[in-house]
Amino acid sequence: MTTSLSMILLMIGCALVTWLPRVIPFILVRNVELPDVVLKWLAYIPVCILSALVLESLFSAEGAFVTFDWLNLAAFIPTMLIAITTKSLSKTVVVGVLTMAILRFFF
Amino acid sequence: MSLSTQIGVKESVTEDSFIQGVKDCIPTLLGYISIGLAFGVIAITSNLSVLEIFLLSVLVYAGSAQFIFCGLYLAGAPFSVIILTTFIVNLRHFLMSLTVAPNLTRYSTLRNVGFGTLLTDETFGVAVTKIMKEKHIGGNWMDGLNLTAYLTWIASCTLGGVLGKWIPNAENWGLDFALIAMFGALLVLNLVDVGKSKLMHYLKLIALMAIILYILLYFVPGHLAVLIATVIVATIGVVTEK
Repeated sequence: MTTSLSMILLMIGCALVTWLPRVIPFILVRNVELPDVVLKWLAYIPVCILSALVLESLFSAEGAFVTFDWLNLAAFIPTMLIAITTKSLSKTVVVGVLTMAILRFFF
Repeated sequence: MSLSTQIGVKESVTEDSFIQGVKDCIPTLLGYISIGLAFGVIAITSNLSVLEIFLLSVLVYAGSAQFIFCGLYLAGAPFSVIILTTFIVNLRHFLMSLTVAPNLTRYSTLRNVGFGTLLTDETFGVAVTKIMKEKHIGGNWMDGLNLTAYLTWIASCTLGGVLGKWIPNAENWGLDFALIAMFGALLVLNLVDVGKSKLMHYLKLIALMAIILYILLYFVPGHLAVLIATVIVATIGVVTEK
C-alpha cells in the first residue's frame, strides 16, 4: 500500500486531462446557445459513437492487414439477435458473456 | 423482490428518481465489475500498488485509459506521453458530454459539473437511450446512475488489485465481452424507435462507419479511429438528412 509523489502527480495529470473534456461541455451549454445545426449534428452522435465502439471491437488491427476479430464477431452475432428480439440490456449482456465463455472453451 | 424484475430502459418512468437511476445502472454493472476486476489484476502485475489502483480508479475513472496507463507506465514511457495518450483516449467523452449536457441545463453549474465528472461510455449509453425514449432525463436519475457506476468501478478495481494473483484470467470467462454486448444492445435500443425512413438512413450510416473505421485503423490507434470516424459520419448524417 504505497505510492510516490511522482506517481501521485502523474495520476493528477491524467485525471485533469480526463476530467476537462467531460466537464467543459456541461459548463459551455449553460452559457452558450448551441446553433440548430450543432444540435442536429449532436443527435447523430449516440448512434455513431456506439456503432464505432462496437465495430472497432470487431476489427483486429494487429497484423499487416486490418481483419475481423473472428471470435468477437462469432459471439457478436447471437448477442445482437438477443438484443433485437428481447430489447433488454441485461439479457443481452448475460447471453453475450455466456456465448463468449463457450466459444473460448472450444477455441 | 420478484425474480423477474424488469430492469432497464424499457420502463417508461417519467418521474425523476435517484433509485430509478440506480436500477437503470444495474444491467451495465457486469461490465464494470468484470473490467474493473481485470484492471486490478493487470495493474498489480504492472507493479502498481493497491493504493495506486484505488487512486487511479477514483481520479481517472476510465477503463481503457487506465489499462493504457498501466501499459505505458510498465514500459517506462515519459509522463508527458502517458498524460497525452490518456487525453486522446478519453477525448470521445467530450462528444458524449456535449450530447447529454443540453438536456440538463436547467440544473445549477455545480450539479452540471457533477454530471460531467462522472460521465462514462456506459452512463452515456444509458442516458442517451433514455433521452431517445422519453425525450427527458432528470438530475436525480442521472446522479443515481452515475454514482452507482462510479462506486462499483472503484470497488471492482480495488478488489481486483487485492485479489491479484488469485483471480484466474477474466478473459477466459468471456467477461471482457460484456462491454461489447452492452454497446451493441444500447445501439439496438437507440434504433428501435426512430421510425422506418430514419432507420434506413441510420443503417446506411452504420455501414459507412464500418468502412471508414476499417480504413482509419490502418493509420491510427483504435481510440482515435473511433473519435475521428464518429465526427465524420455524424457530419455526413447531417448533410444527407432529408
